[in-house]
Amino acid sequence: MKTKTILLATALTSVGFAAAAQEVTVMSWGGSYTKSQVEAYHKPFTAETGIAVNSVDSDNPATPIKAQVEAGNVTVDVADVEFSDAVRLCDEGLLEEIDVSMLPAAPDGTPATEDFIDGALQDCAVANIVWSTVFAYNTENNATAPATIADFFNTADFPGKRGLRKTAKANLEMALMADGVAADEVYDMLETDEGIDKAFAKLDSIKDDIVWWEAGAQPPQLLADGEVVMSTAYNGRIFNAAVAESQPLVVVWDGQILDFDLFVIPKGAPNLEEAKKFVAYSTDTQRLADQASWISYGPARKSSGALVGKFMDGETEMAEHMPTAEANLTNALVNNFEFWVDNDAELNERFNAWLAQ
Amino acid sequence: MTAETGAQDALVTADGKPLKAALRAAQARSKRRAFYLVAPLLVFILLTFVAPILQMLHQSIHNDGFTMHEDVISHERTPLMVNLRQWFDENPRGTAPDEAAYAAIAADLLVLREVKAGGQVGTRVNYERSRSRSMFTKAVRRAERLEPPFEAAFMDLDEDWADPELWAAMRSSASAYTMNFYLAAIDKVRAPDGSITNVDEDRALYKKLFGRTLVLSLLITFLTFVLAYPIAHLLATLPLRYSNLLMIFVLLPFWTSLLVRTTSWMVLLQSQGVLNDALVGSGILADENRVQLMYNQAGTVIAMTHILLPFMVLPLYSVMRPINPSYVRAARSLGATSWTAFRRIYFPQTVPGIGAGALLVFILAVGYYITPALVGGADGTLISNLIAYHMTGSLNWSLAAALAGMLLIGILILYWLYDLLVGIDNLKLG
Repeated sequence: MKTKTILLATALTSVGFAAAAQEVTVMSWGGSYTKSQVEAYHKPFTAETGIAVNSVDSDNPATPIKAQVEAGNVTVDVADVEFSDAVRLCDEGLLEEIDVSMLPAAPDGTPATEDFIDGALQDCAVANIVWSTVFAYNTENNATAPATIADFFNTADFPGKRGLRKTAKANLEMALMADGVAADEVYDMLETDEGIDKAFAKLDSIKDDIVWWEAGAQPPQLLADGEVVMSTAYNGRIFNAAVAESQPLVVVWDGQILDFDLFVIPKGAPNLEEAKKFVAYSTDTQRLADQASWISYGPARKSSGALVGKFMDGETEMAEHMPTAEANLTNALVNNFEFWVDNDAELNERFNAWLAQ
Repeated sequence: MTAETGAQDALVTADGKPLKAALRAAQARSKRRAFYLVAPLLVFILLTFVAPILQMLHQSIHNDGFTMHEDVISHERTPLMVNLRQWFDENPRGTAPDEAAYAAIAADLLVLREVKAGGQVGTRVNYERSRSRSMFTKAVRRAERLEPPFEAAFMDLDEDWADPELWAAMRSSASAYTMNFYLAAIDKVRAPDGSITNVDEDRALYKKLFGRTLVLSLLITFLTFVLAYPIAHLLATLPLRYSNLLMIFVLLPFWTSLLVRTTSWMVLLQSQGVLNDALVGSGILADENRVQLMYNQAGTVIAMTHILLPFMVLPLYSVMRPINPSYVRAARSLGATSWTAFRRIYFPQTVPGIGAGALLVFILAVGYYITPALVGGADGTLISNLIAYHMTGSLNWSLAAALAGMLLIGILILYWLYDLLVGIDNLKLG
């Protein structure tokens, strides 16, 4: 009898521990972006459900996810990845499919499938933000303000180092736009060998002046230090450095490349149910709107737009800093995820060889 | 005489066993006991060092991405490209693809679509021929719409499906065991007829990086030697209480985190950094002519020389300390100049330390990863950065393994050369 009680007590305690140990591991991009997610998604999620959120960071969560699933050692439950990576990983069978019916409807009753903007719902992914790759400069280190993407590649009139992300994506598109290719012709051109050669030739023209960055937190740092005079960057990082940290940084919207970030759940995620709950909770109307008050990325739901107000400082209106604001779209390119799904590996191979030359 | 020998043979222990046998048994026992003592270490080394290296070498010649798919959850294994592989078996290398071949691929694509292995197979073929992955992923997406005649259907998809290079690449991929990753690691590729040729100029990468790694590592080894020799000599000849104090300056950075030291160099070397500011402030440099000391080879060499310096100082110090100063004094008193005394008496006694330090620094430098990744920029990265890229970025683990295998072989050759020239027994680490 006594033994039985002890056994029962042990069993009960372990159940108690199991309940207390409910958690979900979310991998994102670090810096001010992860902070915005912690404030807008993780904290309220834990408060509401009691499920703890472990936040981990990577320069690009798509890479560790693929490695983890292929090695059969998955530690991440939810990852925040770019559009082309979400589609590619899904094609390769590395992601859990996400049932859209689990996503909450908008407050006015519009179902999720109609509330999310076009493309934001994929077989294995749910978009949370619209962001863009832009270039930015430090007003203290530029005698004349650069205004177009061509100025970024013009080291004769705008001398100084440039920061660029160490990957083929976005760089090739920007190189072509700087070379005078219209935004809507960029991907047609990149489908041809001549187009790729042309993009690399343009990059080659400033190669000696490039400082390569890998983590999204680096460009604002490089700009603030004066290490580079202009740098490509994720637009929200520049916004946060400029507004929250009062750095003299300015975003140039000409030639921006719009993209989604999407939540995905890797196959074999240790806390699958919690992961699904987290994705559904974090992409509801209010959470996406809240996120936009911590960093200047646009929410992926139409119904969130009206709820987006001011930055957390209580002064700055967010609308004009969003990549999707009308004034910022004059020469903008929407990232062609299909192109990068198919060509990412091949172009990065060439990119690496080019880097080493 | 014979009686004496006989008496020796008959030597026995107190309990009557022959002495030789008893001795052997006792020795075997102590040997066994010694073995038990080292057994945990042996098992540890086998499991954590030898086995992974063997596994890595196996990975470098084995890749079944084209032939086998394993589900990540159920671990269910599905053979892939069965029909095409059969066609390969029936037709020798160089046969032009016929309708049967295209029909075989079309059937295989349906399997790929079902188990979502189009990316995997395309990636495998892409290792042999660039721009193949997208052809596979596109074809898999349209697999259900492919109808006979299949050759025409594939030509509609992409004219490249008729490319002999693609067919050669698929044939190579069809066998799981291949040396092609080693070929790729030296910028070679197998041509459609089976001969080995160089890859395109704009994709050649690894030979250059191996060369750069070798040259920079030798340069860094030489620089650490030039810097460490006088320091070690000073440490060895000063009275102990001063030398101990100075030793702290050698050891303190040695104990500091690698990342901290590397980022400190970034603060010092960047173009708005301490060093450049000092040069500009003192009027030596104009503000617009700041020197670029980071994100290039200079950054890699400077930071790595500093980080690896203790590995040269310590072995040198340990051989210099016990050198008796009276030898040099004796040489001087016999009329040698200080240079001759150094060259003929002191220096030869330090050679084992130089050998040990140089080998240590060189081998560490060849495989160095974090520092060049942070301060190397584009032209200061080493082969280890590419290995890391293929491990975690492109996930071409076979190529990463082949590159690492080459590095391993290279280091073993250098080790062997060292043994031949200097002798490994002359190595002295302390």
